[in-house]
Amino acid sequence: MTIREIANRLNAKILTGEELLDTEVDGACGSDLMSDVLAFGDQHSMLLTGLTNPQVIRTAMMLDMPCVVFVRGKPMPEETLALARASGLCTLATDIRLFEACGLLYAGGVRG
Amino acid sequence: MDEKTHTFRYTVHGEDFLSAGEASMHAKRTLKELGYSSDLIRRVSVAMYEGEINMFIHAGGGEAKMEVGENEITVTLIDWGAGIPDVDMAMREGYSTATADIRSLGFGAGMGLPNMKRFADELTVSSTVGVGTKVVMRFAIRNKE
Repeated sequence: MTIREIANRLNAKILTGEELLDTEVDGACGSDLMSDVLAFGDQHSMLLTGLTNPQVIRTAMMLDMPCVVFVRGKPMPEETLALARASGLCTLATDIRLFEACGLLYAGGVRG
Repeated sequence: MDEKTHTFRYTVHGEDFLSAGEASMHAKRTLKELGYSSDLIRRVSVAMYEGEINMFIHAGGGEAKMEVGENEITVTLIDWGAGIPDVDMAMREGYSTATADIRSLGFGAGMGLPNMKRFADELTVSSTVGVGTKVVMRFAIRNKE
């Protein structure tokens, strides 16, 4: 699924990295524990999380993930967005909660 | 280590959470420029990043060194923090002394050292309470990496 399709499915707003919207993503990891993401994430995956601090961006970068989805409509700190921009990462924001967001993507064929 | 070893040194900041991970990002970029495989780069940078987060959480920063040799990459992390009283305990998944504040940021769940062990080929932790901690991680460079 492309990041654009993911954004549509989650009714998500594109925060940064619009140029990556046609990138294919074939897996996803939904977690608020970055160490678990670091242990099990991989490069063609994306990250869905309820956290909004800048280390979420660093975690995705370490794993070469192209996209992070921020769930439950939390306000985004500017420093997180600035780091995402500087790192060339695509970030999306949705009001949907983590469980439901993962379910919608799973139903669309994205696997863990 | 042989004479072809290249050494890169980094300061691990302890003041603000935003800078934690900068050293690992630099190391990752360097390894990419040197042309290593993405798998090796990911293992080195994830393990170093966990180490850096640990240094931020527990020791107020420190120093990191990456030595790139012909057959292996060695990452050494040194801090002058409180030290680890029981290293075996600290190596257990889920054991942590991090505060609730740190946990709310997505770390401090007792996965740092176990993750470092998972991604390094060899991990050595030496620590003295009140003096500090030294972590050495070795990563073998396998065929054509």
